[in-house]
Amino acid sequence: MNPACAAFLLALREPRAMAGFDARTWDKVVRQARAAGLLGRLGARAAGFHERLPPAVWRHLEAALTLAEQQCRAVHWELAQLSRDLEGIAGPVVLLKGAAYAAADLPPAAGRLFTDIDLLLPRAQLDATEAALMLGGWISSPHDAYDLRYFREWMHELPPMQHIRRQTWLDVHHNLLPESARRRTRPGLILAASTPLPGFPRFSIPAPVDLVLHSATHLFHEGEWQHGLRDLVDLDALLRAYGGEPAFWGRLLERARTLNLGRPLYYALRYARRLLHTPVPEEAIANCPERPSSLSAAVMDVLFLPAFACAHAECRGLLTRPAAFVLYVRSHWLRMPLHLLLPHLLRKALKPEGK
Amino acid sequence: MALTLGLLSARDLRRRLALGLDLRTGPFRFLIRSRREDVARGLERLYPDFPLEVDGFRDFHVRVDAVAGLRRCYKPQCNFWHDEHAPFKPLPLNHAFPLLEWGMNWCIAGYAQHYLMLHAAVLERRGRAVILPGDPGAGKSTLTAALALSGWRLLSDEITLIDREDGHIVPLARPISLKNQSIALIREAFPEAVIGDTALDTHKGSVAHLRPPPISVARMGEKARPAHIVFPRWRAEATARLTRHSKADAFIHAATHGFNYSLLGRLGFELNAALIDACACWDFEYSRLEDALAAFEELVA
Repeated sequence: MNPACAAFLLALREPRAMAGFDARTWDKVVRQARAAGLLGRLGARAAGFHERLPPAVWRHLEAALTLAEQQCRAVHWELAQLSRDLEGIAGPVVLLKGAAYAAADLPPAAGRLFTDIDLLLPRAQLDATEAALMLGGWISSPHDAYDLRYFREWMHELPPMQHIRRQTWLDVHHNLLPESARRRTRPGLILAASTPLPGFPRFSIPAPVDLVLHSATHLFHEGEWQHGLRDLVDLDALLRAYGGEPAFWGRLLERARTLNLGRPLYYALRYARRLLHTPVPEEAIANCPERPSSLSAAVMDVLFLPAFACAHAECRGLLTRPAAFVLYVRSHWLRMPLHLLLPHLLRKALKPEGK
Repeated sequence: MALTLGLLSARDLRRRLALGLDLRTGPFRFLIRSRREDVARGLERLYPDFPLEVDGFRDFHVRVDAVAGLRRCYKPQCNFWHDEHAPFKPLPLNHAFPLLEWGMNWCIAGYAQHYLMLHAAVLERRGRAVILPGDPGAGKSTLTAALALSGWRLLSDEITLIDREDGHIVPLARPISLKNQSIALIREAFPEAVIGDTALDTHKGSVAHLRPPPISVARMGEKARPAHIVFPRWRAEATARLTRHSKADAFIHAATHGFNYSLLGRLGFELNAALIDACACWDFEYSRLEDALAAFEELVA
């Protein structure tokens, strides 16, 4: 990765190193972290020794941490409201990603910023859920007939909904991957293995292995890489929290095989270890299902490594933009077969603005 | 002696501005880049007393420049960038300087969550700060300008920063934004006032900025203790009159007109409550500036 972001990565790997940064280094790191959505994360990691940071720098970290804490409070409040709206829905309603980390107070939650709340529920409950949410004041953003078909037939989620008064965004998923995607997984198993969340009567969270697999799948099927590094930091925090237990790694690989998510898991382990020095046992990498050949892994390095650095100009190299473009195309390729994808891209290219 | 912007030659200022002019205002450092002549002229006229810094950590990297592309030929536009991000829609090219001012306010209001931030002007005299929350059109900026030009220390015209450690007010000492009739009014009442170019037809009407008094800038490192909150209201023919404003209402007003009251959670509540406890709260109606100045003088006598 570009040496310009070496200090930023070092801060993520070894927070204590931040105490030794000079003002000039901070001038870059604060901007890089802000662009990557990780300034609050650095704030959370530095809170214990902030008197050793320059006061002008700590102000920014503390400000981002304050924002993250407010968002965490807001998510708790929002979930309390949502559980009333969803009272009558049968079956588990599972929180994913940020909302799950915040509600269960998992390690990635510290200093993390949110954009929306993600839910996963059985496909059979989708219509009832949408109706209940609309009664609760959640509305879908305006879409034309094509967009609606795109979401309802091919995607793994409803069109994003926003609460009319509180302005919160909500994504309701019934699967981890689009219906039209090349890769098929088994969301029913994730719902079945989820456990009720203490303190939030209507919600469950995925089992630890499923939290990791969902985060990895989301990241490595993504087309927009602005938050790629942040998602990798989430994975790093989860793997460090659960990986201390030796049986975890065997269960994780086994689960990846069952859910057909070996490849995204492989990438997650590879890049978390490479960029964030996450302690991943050698056997876990070696025995990962769907492990790519060394040639194809080398090709993916050329794409993924620059993409993780795409959030800020100081980190971007010559390869960043082409890599980001290829990954954008790849994400669509993974999402839809060609006979759907080509008309879809053509439509997006010709449509003047919006989705 | 520290280097101030006014000590640069005209050429040196423009050369530095093209690369990044490292300016301090209160607790913040801005690295400002622009190739616009009107931005250089605005800084030259309104910021001469502000210190320049070298290297190290800058709070905000900002830029105001013409928008590239075909728009250069037809109704050219300018925009504001914070680092790589452009938060606003482009404006006509001749609004570049007010756009820089608004952009700098946006940076502070959006990122300085370290402070409780109220949407209010604030000035200090005899060690006592007076906060002026004002709804648009209440004559807040005119009054702020008149006070600043009559011996009061200007702390801020738009954003009142409350320090989370001690509840004191942290100065910014940036130029005061005058709108529409108040530009001519201040020019007439204070012929010595230094006022920048007037930008016509902005979303706020005509806008011009007033240079802050040098002593306010020189003392921008000194915090001030809050003593009064005054809700001003200009009304034709009114006699200047201070009346008590309910503290409960002042609390709600400060909370709802703050930039980040709810974002700070419990801390926001505590800082706001301490502020209202420390201040006498007033409604103030006036029509003539000289009466207003006399009334404010009495507040801190």
